[in-house]
Amino acid sequence: MRVSVDKRAFLPLAAAAMAAVLTGCGSQITDPASAGSTGSTRTSCVDTSGSNIKVGFINSLSGTMAISESTVFDSLTLAAEEINASGGVLGKQLQVVSEDGASEPTKFAERAGKLIQQDCTAAVFGGWTSSSRKAMLPVFEANDALLFYPVQYEGLESSKNIFYTGATTNQQIIPALDYLAEQGTKSLFLVGSDYVFPRTANKIIQAYAAAKGIKILGEEYTPLGSTEFSTIVNKVRDSKADAVFNTLNGDSNVAFFRQYKSVGLTADTMPVVSVSIAEEEVPGVGLDNVEGQLTAWDYYQTLDTPANKKFVAAFKAKFGAERVTSDPMEAAYTSLYLWKAMVEKAGAFDVDKVQAAADGVTFEAPEGLVTVDGKNNHITKTPRIGKINSQGLIDTVWSSPAAVQPDPFLATYDWAKDLAK
Amino acid sequence: MELLIGQMFAGLSLGSVLLLAALGLSLTFGQMGVINMAHGEFMMAGAYTAFVVQQAISDAGVSLLVSIPLGFLVGGVLGLVLEVLLLRRMYHRPLDTLLVTFGVALILQQAARDIFGAPSVDVRAPAWLQGNIEMLGAPIPLTRLFILALSLVCLAGLVLLLKATPLGRRIRAVVLNRDLAETSGVSTRRSDQLTFFIGSGLAGVAGVAVTLIGSTSPYLGTNYIVDAFLVVVAGGIGQIKGAVIAAFALGVLQSAFEYSTTASIGKVLILIVIVVFLQLRPQGIFSLKTRSLA
Repeated sequence: MRVSVDKRAFLPLAAAAMAAVLTGCGSQITDPASAGSTGSTRTSCVDTSGSNIKVGFINSLSGTMAISESTVFDSLTLAAEEINASGGVLGKQLQVVSEDGASEPTKFAERAGKLIQQDCTAAVFGGWTSSSRKAMLPVFEANDALLFYPVQYEGLESSKNIFYTGATTNQQIIPALDYLAEQGTKSLFLVGSDYVFPRTANKIIQAYAAAKGIKILGEEYTPLGSTEFSTIVNKVRDSKADAVFNTLNGDSNVAFFRQYKSVGLTADTMPVVSVSIAEEEVPGVGLDNVEGQLTAWDYYQTLDTPANKKFVAAFKAKFGAERVTSDPMEAAYTSLYLWKAMVEKAGAFDVDKVQAAADGVTFEAPEGLVTVDGKNNHITKTPRIGKINSQGLIDTVWSSPAAVQPDPFLATYDWAKDLAK
Repeated sequence: MELLIGQMFAGLSLGSVLLLAALGLSLTFGQMGVINMAHGEFMMAGAYTAFVVQQAISDAGVSLLVSIPLGFLVGGVLGLVLEVLLLRRMYHRPLDTLLVTFGVALILQQAARDIFGAPSVDVRAPAWLQGNIEMLGAPIPLTRLFILALSLVCLAGLVLLLKATPLGRRIRAVVLNRDLAETSGVSTRRSDQLTFFIGSGLAGVAGVAVTLIGSTSPYLGTNYIVDAFLVVVAGGIGQIKGAVIAAFALGVLQSAFEYSTTASIGKVLILIVIVVFLQLRPQGIFSLKTRSLA
């Protein structure tokens, strides 16, 4: 017996289904080109008349980055609920419009355009990869809107339309190198995913190493998502470097650490300093594989500050006791509060007034007091080196004596003079 | 020397992973002309089977041994459902199967995200697979050795099935000439279903195996599907021995390229090699001689 399905009827159906999946069902597509057209001065469509004010969250809830970005979305949601419970911003309740960036920079640009032009949000929070931020940057500049970007990144950027609440390089990578140098590290092996952040980070590391007499014994990149590390691990092992500086992103870390361990390399014989493994990633990588390895961030769940205890308790109460908090989540949580503080200082939601009010705004964040630097729209942060403990959390083993001023262009470092060009 | 051995093994090991991923595909693609884009997701289903089994059986060694046959069953049943519900309506329309199975792949990925969450989960390796053995000074990871052995066992099983059983004879008859096989009384329907069950089941086994080296996430399949197709196409469609040679050749070559250049350039070089090879020999390493007119 054969049930006949008409091929001509079926094909368009399948194509339509695929198109729906690819574009995300049910939402209109904004052409990123028109969203990013320069020179057009936009009259803001933000509605401040009612008792609500719209804000936009843009995170990858699908695709390869969903593993990380969905956690940022959760902490943004928590911050919005807390702010609403305590009376909102200028007496208005936050109404969140959420968009899925789907791990694709073009989709981020397109959805950011929608959040600004169609949803008329007062500010947008989110983004993770540098490519997603760089894709959104022209959209926010052309529409003169605000983006709060919560992730550590490679620096060398500053826009009046973006507030960077994650670490720039002198608040994460350089302190990590200082720490390694302090520990007597004479040689390093660099391993990273092949995209903008690791390549820029490694350029900075190379310049630092040249100035401080640290040997770089190898610099290897793998395609994002790569799971085959036999060869790289062999090269690392053969190099006999004192330590490995790891800028791999996402699931590649799992494969790297498993294979690293399986050839007999450990945190004792050759420590790995990672800049993209936080509490959230440890269970997926497998605690067995990373226990004792080092991380470089500005925030850990174990930090002993009153603001952090409150943040961790509130997060666990909302999302479950087994959930953890990490640096980008904390930076995202902080970003919403910083925007609130800027708006309240400005007394208005207008972008130009918020920008003018931004400099010097502070917030008692879980990581400690942070201050917005109006010159470059970054914030002060306290770099910390952590060690992954047997519970999968990260203990601080070294911390910068004071909060570090953001310096995205590394203008205050002699050895970095050629990098910013 | 130590490094040379390490690198040789890395190549063989990569080859064995490629072979595991491609073995089932060479069966389904070869016999039925189905471009199964969901093959990678069947691997993912096998990997999550290993995860679920490990939640139930906390001993990592026992759970791994239970997961292998169970992964085969899960992958196989998924394949069977796909075959019965969709694919049997579109044999010899490879482009349609490509679209439909791509859609199924997306659905399975989303299902995995909904059931297990977007972050990757950890499948622990058993204690007896942790660490390595030294071979002339080079550390040979035990997990890699296990995967190599598993791929050879799967290969032997498949070859035995094809060469020495009545079912295998029927499968080969259908590959050689579907119409003639049918007129000779072979039930091609049944043969197709069984072939698809076995091919997809092998993907499930491959999925269980790769949990030992990589991450178990909804995107696991997308890492392997392209490489698996490369192996099958380079080896010659429908040719198990071609797939074996292609898998190990690509594994060794890729490791060598990667060692002498970088991982990204290595990947580029391997693709160039395949493109040039297919220009010279479009039919792959071995070609199937059939008497079919189609």
